[in-house]
Amino acid sequence: MRSRFTALWLLLPAALVLAALFAYPMYQLGLISVLDFTQAQVSGGQPTRFVGLDNYTRLLGDGQFWSVLLATVGFAAACVIATLAVGAALAVLLTRVSRIPRLLLSLAAMAAWAVPAVSGSTVWMFLFDTDLGFVNQLLGLDGYNWFYGRYTAFALVGAAVVWAAFPFVMVTLYAGISAIPGSVVEAAALDGASTWRAFWQIIVPMLRPVLAIVVIQSIIWDFKIFTQIYVMTRGGGLAGQNLTLNVYAYQQAFASSEYGLGSAIGVVMMLILLAVTLLYLRTLRRSGEPL
Amino acid sequence: MRRVLDTLAVAIAVVVVFPIYWMVLAAVKPAGEIQSLHQRPWTLAPSLDAFRRVLAVNDFGRYFLNSLLVALVVVAISGVLAFLAAVALTRFRFRLRTTVLVLFLVAQMVPVEALTIPLFFLVRDLGALNTLGSLMLVHTAFTLPFAIWMLRGFVAAVPDELDEAAQLDGASRFTVLWRILFPLVAPGLAATSVFSFIHAWNDFLFARTFIISATGNQTLPMALLVFFKPDQNDWGAIMAASTLMTLPVLVFFLLVRRRLVAGLGGAVKD
Repeated sequence: MRSRFTALWLLLPAALVLAALFAYPMYQLGLISVLDFTQAQVSGGQPTRFVGLDNYTRLLGDGQFWSVLLATVGFAAACVIATLAVGAALAVLLTRVSRIPRLLLSLAAMAAWAVPAVSGSTVWMFLFDTDLGFVNQLLGLDGYNWFYGRYTAFALVGAAVVWAAFPFVMVTLYAGISAIPGSVVEAAALDGASTWRAFWQIIVPMLRPVLAIVVIQSIIWDFKIFTQIYVMTRGGGLAGQNLTLNVYAYQQAFASSEYGLGSAIGVVMMLILLAVTLLYLRTLRRSGEPL
Repeated sequence: MRRVLDTLAVAIAVVVVFPIYWMVLAAVKPAGEIQSLHQRPWTLAPSLDAFRRVLAVNDFGRYFLNSLLVALVVVAISGVLAFLAAVALTRFRFRLRTTVLVLFLVAQMVPVEALTIPLFFLVRDLGALNTLGSLMLVHTAFTLPFAIWMLRGFVAAVPDELDEAAQLDGASRFTVLWRILFPLVAPGLAATSVFSFIHAWNDFLFARTFIISATGNQTLPMALLVFFKPDQNDWGAIMAASTLMTLPVLVFFLLVRRRLVAGLGGAVKD
């Protein structure tokens, strides 16, 4: 088992798959983003042409790109904050309740977690349907269409996202809090610390590594949401008002056949998430996790 | 105080589970009640009409099997490859080991959605557009980094002495790997499989991109969108189809709930 080459043989299959379907496409993405690559090139009618950074300058000069970028950041930020707030609040709540309510809440959260994004999207659409939606009927908002307004549509998609995403935060933070020895908190209480103070000055600092992981995972997930936006707003909303970078790149490539431009958007997205990932790695290292 | 919090927790649980309840309820409501402008949160005349419509008229069973086939193949291949790689990364010390680990971690962060464009051309050049194979291929790759990262913890938990003892007794490498390590890591593999399964089962983007004209090879998420009509959505059918798509994952998830959390803890903290 300990021969030097055994490790290589064991790694080889996974490495080959990842090289072919991760590394090579990433290289291709970069390549297409500096080419003039539209329908004519795809069908083979015209040769591809190297255009340097033309696709990027076109993007940066495009008002819609900036508006989409801003919307993506804003939407992701709102989703992350809401997910963390709900997840953390419920994790704390779980530590304070009896066994049966705790079981019920974690089962409910697990169920929401398990619902596929497409099914979740359709259910939220039905709940908020203009005429037949339960919410509109309950609130007496007859004939109100949530998808007409840019912000109401984003809010609704955001609600569906948070509903599916908070369980991960809740479960992870609850596990983290449960791992803190009760004696630590008791000692603080004996020393006269209030519950509030014990929470902020003892529990939160001890949870910092877990918190960092949860925050960064949420940022990465919420930044690249595709299914909910695509399904709920029918591909980006009225006149593209609900586009995010991901959906925008997809539409540029597959709806408008602007593959070069779509790839350039993909590269921009990749760079932003790479920056977040580096932050993640730094946090991991700082928390002293051996790899 | 405790009683107030208990009530609050139960109330929140009800709110969280409500959309799922509403989905299943709408799926078994008779057509007349679905069209009603006064939706009631119960039904006195449950019917399976919507399921019949979905399964018989729209051949949903076929899409269900397509989805299942893709997900199972992904689980099997990605599980075996991840197991081998995880053994390499925990049982051996070699140069670049940390680099490889960091690469797998970074791969988890790659927005695979951004790779749709190059992967579309790759699959097209392989002549694999419109086949289920194209979906199996990409999802095997996408699930690998996380599966390796998660399995690493489970392999590391098996004491070294065990495979050393087996080797002293003359067991071959192959035997150590498949007869000794594999069964011991199996519970971890089950937890990892859930994630791979769900990833492949839920995929909407790549199914939409790769399966263009061969409608017979569609998977569930795409087939579901057929029921969205510009004028009048058939909500009963949409909810029945959504229920069919959700059930397997839900059952799976609740069954391995505890192991899942343990595995996540391992993947996150290890």
